[in-house]
Amino acid sequence: MSDQAQSGNPADAKPIPFGQGYKLIGRDYSTPDLPAKVTGRAKYAEDFRAEGMLFAKLVLSPMPHARLRGYDLSRALALPGVRAILTPADVPPAAGPHGERVLTAEPMFQGDPVMAVCAVDEATAAEAIEKIELDFEALPFVIDPLDSLRPNGPNPRAEGNVWFGRELKPLKWTEADFASYANGQLPMGHAPSAWSYGDLDAGFRNAALVLDRSFVTPDVSHQCLEPRSAMAYWQNGKLVIHTGTQSTYQTVPAIARWLGIPQDKIVLVSEYTGGGFGSKVTGTMIMLVPALLAKKVHAPVMMRISREEEQYLGRARPGFQGRMKIGFDRGGRITALDMFVICDSGAYGSQFDVIASGNIVSLLYQPPAMRWRGVSAMTNTPTRSAQSAPGGLQGIAIIEPILAEAARKLKVDQVALRMANSAEGPAEYGPVREGQRAHATSCFLKQALAHGAEQFQWSQRVAQRPRRSGTKIRGVGVSLSAFSGGTIGYDGLLVITPAGKVRFHSGIGNLGTESVIDVHRAAAEVLDVPWDACEVVWGDSSRLLPYTCASDGSQTTHAMTRAAHALGLECRRRLQEVAARTLGGAPEEYEVANLRVFHPGSGAGMSFAEAARHAIALGGIYDGHQPNPGVHPATQAAAAALAGQGLVACARDRFPHDGGTYSYVAAFAEVEVDVETGKYFITDFLAYGDVGTVLHPKSLGGQLLGRSTLGMGHALGQKWVYDPHYGAALARRFYQTKPPTILDVPVDMQWNALNIPDPQTPVGARGVGEPPVGGGCAAILNALSDALGDEIFRRAPVNADTILTSLEAGRPMQLPLATGI
Amino acid sequence: MAVVRDIMAPFDLLQPSTAAEAQRLLARYGADAWVLAGGMDSFDWLKDRIKKPAVVVDLSGVTELRGIRPWNGGLEIGAMTTLAEVANHPGVQKNFSLLADAVRHVASPQIRNQATLGGNVSQDVRCWYYRAGWPCYRAAGETCFADTPVGRNREHAIFGADRCVAVHPSDSAPALIALGAQFVLRTASGERVIEAEDYFVGPNREITRINLLQPGDLLASIRIPSDFAGARFYFEKVRDRNVWDFPLLNVASAMRVSGGVIQSVRLAVNAAAPTPLRLRRVEAAVAGKPPDASTGAMAGELAVQGAVPLQFNAFKIPLMRNLVKRAIGGVEKAVWA
Repeated sequence: MSDQAQSGNPADAKPIPFGQGYKLIGRDYSTPDLPAKVTGRAKYAEDFRAEGMLFAKLVLSPMPHARLRGYDLSRALALPGVRAILTPADVPPAAGPHGERVLTAEPMFQGDPVMAVCAVDEATAAEAIEKIELDFEALPFVIDPLDSLRPNGPNPRAEGNVWFGRELKPLKWTEADFASYANGQLPMGHAPSAWSYGDLDAGFRNAALVLDRSFVTPDVSHQCLEPRSAMAYWQNGKLVIHTGTQSTYQTVPAIARWLGIPQDKIVLVSEYTGGGFGSKVTGTMIMLVPALLAKKVHAPVMMRISREEEQYLGRARPGFQGRMKIGFDRGGRITALDMFVICDSGAYGSQFDVIASGNIVSLLYQPPAMRWRGVSAMTNTPTRSAQSAPGGLQGIAIIEPILAEAARKLKVDQVALRMANSAEGPAEYGPVREGQRAHATSCFLKQALAHGAEQFQWSQRVAQRPRRSGTKIRGVGVSLSAFSGGTIGYDGLLVITPAGKVRFHSGIGNLGTESVIDVHRAAAEVLDVPWDACEVVWGDSSRLLPYTCASDGSQTTHAMTRAAHALGLECRRRLQEVAARTLGGAPEEYEVANLRVFHPGSGAGMSFAEAARHAIALGGIYDGHQPNPGVHPATQAAAAALAGQGLVACARDRFPHDGGTYSYVAAFAEVEVDVETGKYFITDFLAYGDVGTVLHPKSLGGQLLGRSTLGMGHALGQKWVYDPHYGAALARRFYQTKPPTILDVPVDMQWNALNIPDPQTPVGARGVGEPPVGGGCAAILNALSDALGDEIFRRAPVNADTILTSLEAGRPMQLPLATGI
Repeated sequence: MAVVRDIMAPFDLLQPSTAAEAQRLLARYGADAWVLAGGMDSFDWLKDRIKKPAVVVDLSGVTELRGIRPWNGGLEIGAMTTLAEVANHPGVQKNFSLLADAVRHVASPQIRNQATLGGNVSQDVRCWYYRAGWPCYRAAGETCFADTPVGRNREHAIFGADRCVAVHPSDSAPALIALGAQFVLRTASGERVIEAEDYFVGPNREITRINLLQPGDLLASIRIPSDFAGARFYFEKVRDRNVWDFPLLNVASAMRVSGGVIQSVRLAVNAAAPTPLRLRRVEAAVAGKPPDASTGAMAGELAVQGAVPLQFNAFKIPLMRNLVKRAIGGVEKAVWA
């Protein structure tokens, strides 16, 4: 832990220089996977080839909801070079009554995979697909959740349109419920999920200002640069599968479960993953297609996913139709908050976003009284999954423009209003459960806000005049942001080899965040070994992996530095014991530093290389023959399989922890809008993080700004476009879905972090992938309303069409509540 | 029949090295041949398997169709010259910076290295229904899917709709029209030189075509006369993203100003209609007037008279009004403290 002790009072907390008190933690270095990535030598799933490899192409549903009544494959199978066609009859059953399948005879959205053709090459497979005759019976469908909630609205599948827990049931609102639709306010009928605390009525009664606003957030695909391509073959009864995933360790049990085979019959290779953002947790079922085909044709099978297929299969963030009523006192402090959200959960399963949205809003802004109501609706649109800050982005995008409007109406500075409402310390959040609310481990967001405002020169920018010059108006925006930042209870595993190297076995996915390597430096720090004596093996489940978290929920840095810290302590103890048993004396008399374990008084000691050889000679608990019984069985099995390779140590994180781990960001943006064209540019941006101890500054900066950019995409123009009459996706390619480019963000975006350790974790480090996302979006939205006023937009993204229509017609554009426009 | 939108269907790839040879091949294969320039439009059609030509005639090896050379005091640009070459050419930059400016706004640097000027003016529309293979009017079907009560048409036409409401997506076309460029076509009956604005075919004339080229024809070069060399130019493109995006609208103007008044002017917009629009009425109205804010405002108002918005594209009316205003009267520059 850092030398600089923090008092219990968060207000006294000061930023700490990165790396203070550490040799490795908080210092920059280059991860070993970088050279292959920047030179193009890194092999991603579709770069692999195997002897006799065949290719697969998917047959996707052309309809948003249909039943496959029959088909004729004869002409396709007769085509030379076609080896097999996988049909819904050939794939494992769904996990539940409404679960996703690899291939389906009742496609639930346009693009849902129906069949897969295997052939000697892709050209033959494509030609064969065009010879397949499919006989579909069209079924009712719905694209916009509100359409399904209307009194006689269609259901996306026979059982209903709304998730009640895990059950899909019909939910229809009344015409009276829909009365507000005409004036652009979200109808609020019955919601299956709700919670509240505090005296909402009194909060509104005593408020100096009450705002009630509706807001629509976009459906946004993850758009990983690497689509979910996969190559698979079977060898001596084992499945070998190459694909991109967010967790080398956790993907294996998922495949085992889906295929109904034991985990030890699976070898997963995923050394490099071209982006995940939540869409590759723990994998995607479609990657089973090559595995199933390979079994059928007794040959390796490659399935390359096209960008359009990725649009259908690559997952997306659910759009929200939200409404929020907030009461404020004269100083801008929230007195009551009433939140209602409809989450478009897509075709399969309810999405976590709906629940997370209420928790994040309650955590970030600490309303003294709050009600949250949520509807998780099914639609005939592609499968959603968690996307960086699921529900967090949507909640923040809905509340922040209202806070910005309130600050203007109350004549309170935007930063001051957020300072008055921001979470602090072990802040409570979410509903009351069994008499109490959950609380965060720590929160120094007010300090991040204050230091960020100073670095961004907030006051000077606000005071700057003129605000308008020529056709341009400048606006500044600030937003709070938070998301989960860690879990507990995972394992670490290392080998000190007879060559004197410290080899870490990493089960973390290499999805670009660098945590796959970074976290092991926490163990190296404890052992006081130079980093160049360390190596990390990763990306291959046959390399014997410890029980590891999936890289979702931004948990990895927190969870796996805890495991690494425990591993460092365990390894140090074993080194001391090996030295004592070999050289005499008590273990605790020995110290470990600089690749030696030594007796400081006598100078007696041994190198790590010698210790490894002694560990092998001693056997038992020292070289893996008797793994630490306190770790997960999978870690024990991995350690046992490494037995005899050196000093084998494994340990589990059992450090105390009783709060919810979250990371926080204060985001600041300035925009310049041309009122004659509606075009705007982001001219400056700063993300200031409260992310616990900074583990790897460059990587942190990449995450803070990269994920802010992901959030900005939701403000700048990234979205789905659907034709609701045909249930068809219209934006299907990058030039249509418009993810932000490097030229859409300022060249000199800034970041910073407090580097104040989290009190509930030994290294103090928390995750940071998701926490910036909401702030990236909302700071832009708030800067836009600062420039243009409060009546310009009621949805994100905000583009020239919205701005010009509003400026021209004096109202936000038509169909303010519709999705997919 | 099931549909797959990936993997080009097989074709014979023919790679002539002279324009004459290319013409012979095109004549021989007629409607079965697909002319390939930079491929930026073609490969979408081919990889989507919506177009399945038997033969692709690749012009990339026809060196005589490349390059920029002096012509009558102006320039002649081979149709196969890349957009990057056009943007970086000293002669273009010196006298016809309007064109350099326009092509610099096309797509992305990578695409500009591959895309050709001939391809940019000859490319097909980007209506997302049409490009997804829907059987619309333009695809010889019997409906328009974009122009329905719920059709998504934010990027579609406010002028010139005739069953089809798609817009022409080229950024270079309005600049070439403003410069008074001529397109040199090689046809079966010999060379044919036409005014830039006459190259484009709207749905009112023939709904399944986008330009004058008939099977067998080649666009060989584009000539830019000296009329507006070094004149006062204006180009602006408004798009959602700052790179790799088609225009929501663009405008190009070239004018000669003398004695404080507009002596001559040519003005065009694109992405407003199924063809690039030369705004002759506006040109006539501003001639002889000072190129100031008041003339600009008048020009903008005049330009959008008769515009017909669809459900989601009414914003294009003020956008076009303001872009024309700027093209004639200039932009009020922002000056920050």
